[in-house]
Amino acid sequence: MWNSFTTDSHVSVTAEITTFKGGNGDEIHAYVAHPIDDYRRGGIVLIHHMPGWDEFYEEFAERLARHGYDVICPDLYCRVGHGTSDDVTAKVRAQGGIADDSVVADCAAALDYLKALPTSNGKVGVMGTCSGGRHSLLVASLVPGFTAVIDLWGGNVIMAEDQLTPQRPVPVIDYTEKLTIPLLGLFGNDDKSPAPEQVDQHEAELKRLNKDYEFHRYDGAGHGFMYYQNQMYRQEQAMDATEKVFAFWAKQLAN
Amino acid sequence: MCTMIASTTKVQGAGKGSNGWFPITQATVGYDHASHCDDDHAMLLDFVNYDLGTDARVAVELDLNSARALVEQLNIAIDLAAKSGV
Repeated sequence: MWNSFTTDSHVSVTAEITTFKGGNGDEIHAYVAHPIDDYRRGGIVLIHHMPGWDEFYEEFAERLARHGYDVICPDLYCRVGHGTSDDVTAKVRAQGGIADDSVVADCAAALDYLKALPTSNGKVGVMGTCSGGRHSLLVASLVPGFTAVIDLWGGNVIMAEDQLTPQRPVPVIDYTEKLTIPLLGLFGNDDKSPAPEQVDQHEAELKRLNKDYEFHRYDGAGHGFMYYQNQMYRQEQAMDATEKVFAFWAKQLAN
Repeated sequence: MCTMIASTTKVQGAGKGSNGWFPITQATVGYDHASHCDDDHAMLLDFVNYDLGTDARVAVELDLNSARALVEQLNIAIDLAAKSGV
């Protein structure tokens, strides 16, 4: 739970930008955050959103680390260049986005990175917001070895034929059959992508295939309702979602 | 939502960015999450020269009505410029 530490507890984390061998063995940047103690614990691959590998994600990684997890957030845009996150994102936007294959490869490498840590208990989750939510589903479906997945309002899980691109050639919903791990999905009912009808469609597919999932949907919230850095933020819904995220990881990544 | 609406075109001209004037070679027009303007989504205009680095960029974010107004004024100015014979 958020804000549940005792004032005499020892909660200390370290966080830094580092590099690691991502997909294809490319040395790419990542933000890693760890509790400094050496107790065994779960890990989380945190997939950043389309707006970029930005300070929200640094803070998100640190928040998860403060709650006892080893976290790695790869810079999926690393190969495009370096600069401020919005400058790099603009360049990614100009080239049509990052290929799904590249994201999958980098996150598979991030999974290996976490499992190789001496503190790893062998359990690793994957999560993200917005396009990171979509990517989390994609990675969870295609990369064996993850323990559980959280999709925070991932749009474009369902895509029509004419929406597919060379970077995103397959609708993520088509991979639902391959998903074998528990899924938590959190959505705002005022969101346009994913719209409630699309979440219904996704849920119907999960039910049809008898998948282990739980969805929660929030009234009065649209896309990005946990983004405290902009007007999308909805305090009550965001805090409830935060607690659901922590509770899910506490259950799925426990020793 | 991530619309992934974006297209690019080569351009010739100059832009003034955080490091002063520089030659611009490409313009990207997108409609997606805004970084700084008040709307969730905005028309995203990037005038760039990636030969000079990712920060060789003049960025503008506009709401849709403003984007329409800009297009209208651009077209007016282009017509007048063409008729001016200059």
